[in-house]
Amino acid sequence: MSSIKKSVSKLFLATVGMFLFGFALVPIYDVFCEITGLNGKVTGPTFSEYEDIGNREIKITFTTTNNNGMPWFFDSDRSQMKVKTGEQNLMSYVFTNTTDKPMIAQAIPSVSPGKGAQYFHKTECFCFEQQYLEPGESISIPLKFVIDPDLPEDISSLALGYTLFDITKDQMSKQASN
Amino acid sequence: MSAVIEGHHDDHHHGPAKGITRWLYTTNHKDIGSLYLWFSFIMLFIGGAMAMVIRAELFEPGSQIVSPEFYNQMVTNHGLIMVFGVIMPAFVGLANWLIPMQIGAPDMALPRLNNLSFWILPAAFGVLLATFFMEGGAPNFGWTFYAPLSTEYAPPTVTYFIFAVHIMGASSIMGSINVITTILNMRAPGMTLMKMPLFVWSWLITAYLLIAVMPVLAGAVTMMLMDIHFGTSFFKAGGGGDPVLFQHIFWFFGHPEVYIMILPAFGIVSHIIETFSRKPIFGYDSMVYAIASIALLSFVVWAHHMFTVGMPIAGELFFMYSTMLIAIPTGVKVFNWLSTMFKGSLTFETPMLFAIAFVALFTIGGLSGLMLAIAPADFQYHDTYFVVAHFHYVLVPGALFSIIAAVYYWLPKWTGYMYDEFMGKTHFWLSFVSVNLTFFPMHFVGLAGMPRRIPDYAMQFADYNMIVSVGAFLFGLSQLLFLYVVLKAIFYGKKATGQVWEGAQGLEWTLDSPPAYHTFETPPNLEAGEAKG
Amino acid sequence: MHVTPTKKLFEMYLKKLILCLTALFLAPLSFSAWDDINMTPGVNAIAQEIFGLHMTIFWICVVIGALVLGFMVFLIIKYRKKEGVEPADFDDNPKLELTWTILFAVILVGMAIPATTTMIKAYDDEEGDINILITGHQWKWQYEYMEDEVSFFSNLLTSLDARNNIAPKTENYLLEVDEPLVIPVNKRVRFLITANDVIHSWWVPDFAVKQDAIPGFINTAWTYVDKPGVYRGQCTELCGVYHGYMPIVVKAVSDSEYKDFIQGKRDLKAQQALLTEKLWETDELFAIGEEVYLKNCVACHQVNGAGIPPVFPALAGSEIVMNDKGRQVEILMEGVQGAAMQSYAEQLTEVEIAAVITYTRKAWGNDAGGDGEIVVPKEILDYKNNKL
Repeated sequence: MSSIKKSVSKLFLATVGMFLFGFALVPIYDVFCEITGLNGKVTGPTFSEYEDIGNREIKITFTTTNNNGMPWFFDSDRSQMKVKTGEQNLMSYVFTNTTDKPMIAQAIPSVSPGKGAQYFHKTECFCFEQQYLEPGESISIPLKFVIDPDLPEDISSLALGYTLFDITKDQMSKQASN
Repeated sequence: MSAVIEGHHDDHHHGPAKGITRWLYTTNHKDIGSLYLWFSFIMLFIGGAMAMVIRAELFEPGSQIVSPEFYNQMVTNHGLIMVFGVIMPAFVGLANWLIPMQIGAPDMALPRLNNLSFWILPAAFGVLLATFFMEGGAPNFGWTFYAPLSTEYAPPTVTYFIFAVHIMGASSIMGSINVITTILNMRAPGMTLMKMPLFVWSWLITAYLLIAVMPVLAGAVTMMLMDIHFGTSFFKAGGGGDPVLFQHIFWFFGHPEVYIMILPAFGIVSHIIETFSRKPIFGYDSMVYAIASIALLSFVVWAHHMFTVGMPIAGELFFMYSTMLIAIPTGVKVFNWLSTMFKGSLTFETPMLFAIAFVALFTIGGLSGLMLAIAPADFQYHDTYFVVAHFHYVLVPGALFSIIAAVYYWLPKWTGYMYDEFMGKTHFWLSFVSVNLTFFPMHFVGLAGMPRRIPDYAMQFADYNMIVSVGAFLFGLSQLLFLYVVLKAIFYGKKATGQVWEGAQGLEWTLDSPPAYHTFETPPNLEAGEAKG
Repeated sequence: MHVTPTKKLFEMYLKKLILCLTALFLAPLSFSAWDDINMTPGVNAIAQEIFGLHMTIFWICVVIGALVLGFMVFLIIKYRKKEGVEPADFDDNPKLELTWTILFAVILVGMAIPATTTMIKAYDDEEGDINILITGHQWKWQYEYMEDEVSFFSNLLTSLDARNNIAPKTENYLLEVDEPLVIPVNKRVRFLITANDVIHSWWVPDFAVKQDAIPGFINTAWTYVDKPGVYRGQCTELCGVYHGYMPIVVKAVSDSEYKDFIQGKRDLKAQQALLTEKLWETDELFAIGEEVYLKNCVACHQVNGAGIPPVFPALAGSEIVMNDKGRQVEILMEGVQGAAMQSYAEQLTEVEIAAVITYTRKAWGNDAGGDGEIVVPKEILDYKNNKL
């Protein structure tokens, strides 16, 4: 009888453990993505000073894409920019809600080539937050970034693409459930 | 390690119940094996009919028979039915019939679970097939159902699809638990693991694979369900997710899945070649290690289905190398089958014909697989008919031929009646010619640039597509002949002996044909050397 | 040893059968040129290298296949059961097994080395002289030249009539588009590939470029073409109903031709602005609108305007089309949230949008049943300006 009890309790603990592990994955993923820089996602710390800024010139191409069903006007103020590694750069993006209803948008960044993604540091980015705009409202938001001097030698150009998604419905349902 | 059952076989010799309740409530492995096999046979014709629709539309360029919407539904459900409704249940049916008899056990370890595992399958496929009649149509996103086509852009029936997949998965997991428990606990005394028949080995390993990966599939479809109905963003970039995550999760299941669909075939073919060469299988130990290494390797190759997804080069190279590695144990197996035939005394009854065709044609499928493993070349093969050719070679003249071979080989034992050998050979030759006519030209149209999953194609692909379609119609008709052969045997066949085949080894051949409803209620005496694998 | 007449006959027929089957297998090869059934050799260095790699592994596999099949045929013939001959009883030979295991490994390493070097070359991350953003939509491609700031959509040109077997099929059936992607020769072109809805895949066999177009993410690919020409490809990831109907056509041209092309696109934009201002007759708009409809709308809303409800609503007899031109303009310009109807503000000119709306409001008896109002291009421009 007791060996069955032992098995049952072991199995029960294992099940609970697996379930809790699912929740623990949220912070684990954050740490993992930060360390590996996977997916061109944002890195946390701000980079204001480098000892050796290097002298490499890197060409950055900026692309904007509206996801299906996202009618806002969304554009960068320039499509290309030549920058030096280690220096702070500034440019801006324009968002306009062209519909007659308030909407919430999320800009998702993607850096190419993947190898260079972790060297593209966005110090101030609208993609950190959701954008709420009233009907007809238009805003211009800055993007501050630094290219890490440690960028591999064989990469001389990077592309930063943003895809704009409409998350109004998702946010509304989240608010409703709160 | 095995339970010795005291013989009381002189007491209540109850046969099976009468009427439909026999089949609904049976816990007998022979009955359940038959249920799975007949279910799979019916599904073969349903999935086959869908293939006929596909090939009829692709007979000539232009839209002729079905709209592109319906075509996508045909493509999707043909794949789902063949994978989950034909190949897998057929192998489970063979497992049910053969494993207890081959290890000298009276039945499977968990007979009621066995019944449940079977009966939820017709329910699941009922749900899936019913989606054809629902608004929005049946699932139309390919059997691989990538997000977001299968989440945000799917027809409303995707929810039924997810439900059906969960049920099929549960069936497989329960069946596998049953298989492992049976094999590890109920072998006759003296039958060590390395003395087990190879079919039993192949199923032991397959069952572990199933338990490992079916939950991953369940995870993938549950995440889909969450994304579709509960506002999560696993696969939605807008919410911070990634469509490629779906592909990783799916193929982590998907690759072991295709090995699940071939390992039992390896076991079957080893038995048949051994019998009709009248020579023991060459290299029994390596055959076991090869199956085990293929199974182990299958966990680390999944992203070879994703070479064009934008993976970093390190990832592409890793998956290229690991995929190429699988060729080694597979090659060992092919050479061992050939070595079994070498200096044997061969006769070519129908099972042997299908088994030999398996070795030859599976080798072709494996070689095209090796080509696909070469990542830079795969840029040109991926999502073209070259891939379609590859997987149909390993699945049709591969897995399906092994199942057909198994039916011819063991049908006399199961039913007690011999099939018509001339008709069997006719079925073989028609199938062999038509299967090659159907799938060999696909290599060429794929190399020439024809993509997958399209209902219409450019003019340069026309000639070969016509040949493929003709081959496919012929192949479909040939399987009707197979149905005829099986039915004819059951109703009009000559009586079979217990031994059936001159060179056959294994415990099942020591039983009557057909065997009693309950066999090996006392485990057999293995001193006589009957238990050699 | 007595060989019966039947056995002799069997041997004869077996040999004939094997010959016939081999012929059957190889016959189709005879009536096509090698080019028709093999991969394209490619039009630049990397594509040719990939082709070479393909041919190498192809021949290795053919040789291995021939050896295995040949050995199999030999075994079948030589070791048939003969009266009085006993089968051997060996069932093991570890040395032999080890030998061929090592042999397989050696062959695989031999294949892996050129594969690795080719892979490294293909993954070149060097910058491009020109960068083109390629966006996959259901069911067309959008091309944006980042340096030259030109942007347009590329739709299938093959008519519905040809696809429905009413009109004849041309040589480039299903492989022709209205606006090909024009690139200059002798310049390194970098592609930034993404998608707007589901996963698509951009493939041009002659360049050996295939990359998935994933919504929310950018993938890169590159090419360098030194031979002017037209190169055709297709979408290679199931993306919905018309996956088979969104081909790719790349036109590689001389530098001067490329510059003319870019200038032409810029001029077109200016022209379109002028066209918006002019005074339009209803018939003119209707005619243009019908063309636009057949190219862009018919896939979902069908030729007769009946649609495929509920997913693709009917336009014939629709309340909005008949009586609410304001809402109709809004739908064309914004798309419909949560439905397949996308915004056409980027894809069509003001003239085209006004024309197609006018067409739908007049066709299929809609003008008799509704207010019959038309929309002129200026109204579309006003709509845009009011919103910006």
